Amino acid sequence: MLRKGGTLLAVLAVLWGLWEGFKWLGEATELRLGTFTVTDLTMPHLHDIVGQLFEPSRTNGPLLIEVLWDAALFTAKEAAVGFVLGAAIGFAIGVVLHHSRLLQRGLLPYIVASQTIPILAIAPMVVVWTGSRGTPAWLSVAIIAAYLTFFPVTINTLRGLDSADPRALELMRSYAAGKWSVLWKLKVPASLPYLFVAFKISATASVVGAIVGELPSSIQDGLGGAILNFNQYYLSSPPSLWATNLIAALLGISFFAIVAIVEHFVVRRAPEHVA
Amino acid sequence: MSAAAVSLRKVGKTFARGEVTAVEEIDLDVQPGEFISLIGPSGCGKSTLLRIVGDLIQPSSGEVVVNGKSANQARRDGDYGIVFQDAVLYDWRTVTRNIALPLEMAGWDRSKRDARVKEMVELVELTGFEKRHPWELSGGMQQRVAIARALSFSPALLLMDEPFGALDEMTRERLNGELLRIWAETGCTVLFVTHSIAEAVFLSTRVVVMSPRPGRITEIIPIDLPQPRTYETREEPRFFELVTQLREALHGGSEREPSLRAAEAE
Repeated sequence: MLRKGGTLLAVLAVLWGLWEGFKWLGEATELRLGTFTVTDLTMPHLHDIVGQLFEPSRTNGPLLIEVLWDAALFTAKEAAVGFVLGAAIGFAIGVVLHHSRLLQRGLLPYIVASQTIPILAIAPMVVVWTGSRGTPAWLSVAIIAAYLTFFPVTINTLRGLDSADPRALELMRSYAAGKWSVLWKLKVPASLPYLFVAFKISATASVVGAIVGELPSSIQDGLGGAILNFNQYYLSSPPSLWATNLIAALLGISFFAIVAIVEHFVVRRAPEHVA
Repeated sequence: MSAAAVSLRKVGKTFARGEVTAVEEIDLDVQPGEFISLIGPSGCGKSTLLRIVGDLIQPSSGEVVVNGKSANQARRDGDYGIVFQDAVLYDWRTVTRNIALPLEMAGWDRSKRDARVKEMVELVELTGFEKRHPWELSGGMQQRVAIARALSFSPALLLMDEPFGALDEMTRERLNGELLRIWAETGCTVLFVTHSIAEAVFLSTRVVVMSPRPGRITEIIPIDLPQPRTYETREEPRFFELVTQLREALHGGSEREPSLRAAEAE
């Protein structure tokens, strides 16, 4: 634990050094890369970005970190609901396709195709469809997050359910086990390491989906709204946008970490088999 | 109506649309309580034969009767337990829950299950390891769990496919002794596939010798060593006579040149 903490600090120190080192060199040599020049506008000091969190977000307003904390909680709710929805749907699709080669051949190409459509094109449609039925806006965003979540879960469910040892399947056959027993007592437990790989990918994707989904649904309360807002005022306060991105990244990392912790307690495998 | 535990009549199995004959013309009757070993070189179809008895693969021809019924019905009735070369334990289950697996499948209630698992843990001498996961056990201990699992629902027949083939010689000999003790305590019939001549002689009441391509039964050798067999059994002159007899049966008797046989024995 102590070593892990030390490694983390060392990595942060190196990243800080790279950023500030590049900034110092760029300013000293008046570096030009096309139209890009290193200034406080393009690359604010890291301590200014962190410091901005503890400045008022507007005159006499609450601190920026308080505003972003509330925004992060709002986005986290959308992303969490979207993740659970997407994971459940993704798993269910995987199980159905596993049991029918015909459906798999017929539907899988369309499932793959669904992921080639940019989320920016899908999001407004989802907002319009669900909004016209009186669904709360945050739920539309959760559905957009679910759209990004389900795909890796479906693909890894398919792969994971096929990963059971053939002799373990013979064993189940020797017990005259039905399809349902084989699924829940053998195939699903065997697929857990694959499923958690998908959950880790999907956990961060669901946060991205929620943030992007907030833009077309004009939600102001989340991180997406905050990014849009600080983007407009970038010239007057560059560190605010950077600070918002920092919080968004921390949210994604938290989602990943929660999945990793659950995995630690749920997936019981020989140490060499843990992904 | 046959009283045999297993009865095979003219059983054959071909693979790859009839191009590869795994076994053919197999006739064998196994009486209840017998310990039968199937021995032969690789590719003689002994594992195939075991799986046909277990209704895990279908014979291409012939008739299979297990416990007086079809192999399919016997499998559905839970008439046999099976042990593979690898233990095939579920990594996500503890020792007790691995042993309980077939009982769960058969719908036993919890208290009945727990009582039986406790008995089985004692039978295979794994007391103290109940809460371990498979990867925390040695290969020999894993195989004991697999045996306990196969016997947990008291099947009349135990099918074993080279169960000790992946273990070192010392562990193997110890587990051979324990298997005989378990066999005597439970009174089950055992069908045992092996590569090892000494193992087959030590364990069996009869040894079935098979030849490869196509797999056929060439000889059935009764093993008249007294029961119960102990560590000393392996040192008796009769044991060595039977080992020699079995080795010669495996190598096709006197058909081959002595020099060739000597070379193969290397």
